[in-house]
Amino acid sequence: MKRDWQVILNLFASSSRLQKKRAYLTIAAIAWGTVAILLLLAFGEGLKRQMDKNRRSTGENLAVMWPDVTTKPWKGLPAGRPIRLRIDDLAFIRDRMPELKAVHGEVVSWRTAITYGRKTVNGRVIGTNFVYGEDRKHYPQAGGRFFGPEDEINRRRVVFLGNEMAKDIFGDEPPVGKTLLINNAPYTVIGVMQKKTQMGMYGGPDSNHAVIPITTFRAQFGRERLNNLVIETNRPEEMKPELKKLNAVLGPKYGYDPTDDRALATWDMVKSAQTTSNILIGIQIFLGIVGALTLLIGGVGVANIMYAVVKERTREIGVKMALGARRRWIIMPFVLEAVVYTLIGGALGITIANVLVALTTFIPIENNKVMSFLGRPTLSPQIGIITSLILCVIGLLAGYFPARRAASVDPAATLRYE
Amino acid sequence: MGINGNGTIISMSEIRKVYDTGKVKVEALKGVNLEIHKGEMVAIVGPSGSGKSTLMNLIGCLDTPTSGEYELGGQRVAGVSRDMLAEIRNKRVGFVFQNFNLLPHISALENVEMPMMFGGLRQAQRRSRSKELLDRVGLGDRVDHKPTELSGGQMQRVAIARALAMTPDIVLADEPTGNLDSTSGSDIMSIFTDLWKQGSTLVIITHDPALARRASRVVEIRDGRITSDHPAAA
Repeated sequence: MKRDWQVILNLFASSSRLQKKRAYLTIAAIAWGTVAILLLLAFGEGLKRQMDKNRRSTGENLAVMWPDVTTKPWKGLPAGRPIRLRIDDLAFIRDRMPELKAVHGEVVSWRTAITYGRKTVNGRVIGTNFVYGEDRKHYPQAGGRFFGPEDEINRRRVVFLGNEMAKDIFGDEPPVGKTLLINNAPYTVIGVMQKKTQMGMYGGPDSNHAVIPITTFRAQFGRERLNNLVIETNRPEEMKPELKKLNAVLGPKYGYDPTDDRALATWDMVKSAQTTSNILIGIQIFLGIVGALTLLIGGVGVANIMYAVVKERTREIGVKMALGARRRWIIMPFVLEAVVYTLIGGALGITIANVLVALTTFIPIENNKVMSFLGRPTLSPQIGIITSLILCVIGLLAGYFPARRAASVDPAATLRYE
Repeated sequence: MGINGNGTIISMSEIRKVYDTGKVKVEALKGVNLEIHKGEMVAIVGPSGSGKSTLMNLIGCLDTPTSGEYELGGQRVAGVSRDMLAEIRNKRVGFVFQNFNLLPHISALENVEMPMMFGGLRQAQRRSRSKELLDRVGLGDRVDHKPTELSGGQMQRVAIARALAMTPDIVLADEPTGNLDSTSGSDIMSIFTDLWKQGSTLVIITHDPALARRASRVVEIRDGRITSDHPAAA
């Protein structure tokens, strides 16, 4: 075995080399393929990370429910009865489902007049619980805050503005501390939301609404019915059983079948996140395959050159065979040669791809609609490992098949005449 | 039969070789019986198409017979693996070709070393033996030259040195003077004669009557059969 390798390396070192131009073109083809696969995978990875980030910006481990009608008859009552939850149900649910991380309700007033000075805009106002700030990632810009339990208990007239809405109302003026009118009642602005790219939404983007305590909302608008009920679990896998339990809790109270999971319309964000993630994995596999195919074309180029080389060196191979070279001593130097070209091309491609990916960091992501959706191409270690493996396999194959032809050279036929 | 030796190096009996091209079967050898003893210098002559080269391929273990028995240095050649055949060629046969068949991109020295590398000799051993051999064929001052920098006669001498590298049982030469002018041709012939005198066994396939005359024995082959086999007229 050791002797085999000594002979193979010796032969490899002393075998004739490709013409420079051929070697360059071969290496360039592999480098191109490597750049293609790396950029495609980096693009996929960036997209995945950005989508994940954007998805999280709505909130994590959430499910939203809104009023709907029953679909199953229950205790002599027909299907099709509307089920509408009340603000009081929040305490009822918190009581019976203490394991939930948070429960909050939302009451919505659409197209509400919001006035500051001489300017009035019509916008969405949401009354909700203080936990909403954390659950729904309404993080305040510096100098502001979301409302807390005190504000809710004391029915304070405080308002937290989405960043777009704040801009519409106040322009360049700093809004925090200013007083504005909601349906002619004065409110103090206590915070403005940080800008975020939001993937999932119900009702509208968070950037374009105003949020006030649910108690204040009830007092001013006199509404009892919830538009949305939102629950948050500690871990994603708890969502499914908790939703079941929720219907078991609310079913008896509202007189609907606890197994009727459509009496309340439900958006299970955990489930849709799973779907999205599966789609993204699919996209990544697709991009990987496209890249691998491009690389494969480079590999075919290497194999092609190696076939030509075998043909050119037929006599050389015949001579070595006549002098007593074994089959693998003929095969392995060719395989090594192909692997060397492939790996040089691969290394070059990896370098180029890294430079290109590094260059994309100069493209600003903020205020760039496309980039804030697509994300930044990112090269991960896994991508490097996958690409290197593919390169090795392609190099081996590109060398092996031509080398097999080399080993099948008939020395008797090649040696006699010019 | 043997003139200055008696051990049998080559023993062929009823050797037949059929080339099957799919449509046509060509019988190149139709039952050849041949014994060559240690220390002989045998010239194999015959017109083209007579089966000479087929016979040479078989003697040199570059090919195996369709039927018949062949022993080279007491070793049966039929039915061995390709790698084993390669090893037999390496250890027992030294080839000299009409067109030299040196590797063009490596030096004379490295060309001579190649069979020794296949034979598993160490680098230092290879180097010194290959220098010695090149000295012996009169090329001690050309060791680092590449084949393209050598004349035809010099190339053939490198090839002879290479053929001797593993001290083979036989040196098998195929028209060794065919591509040379008469002066270098006769140089090469003298080298062969010297080798023979020093005890090597040589089998030379040739058209050249001058070379055939130097042999101890002339075997004539015609239409796949040996038609005459006699000691050369001295």
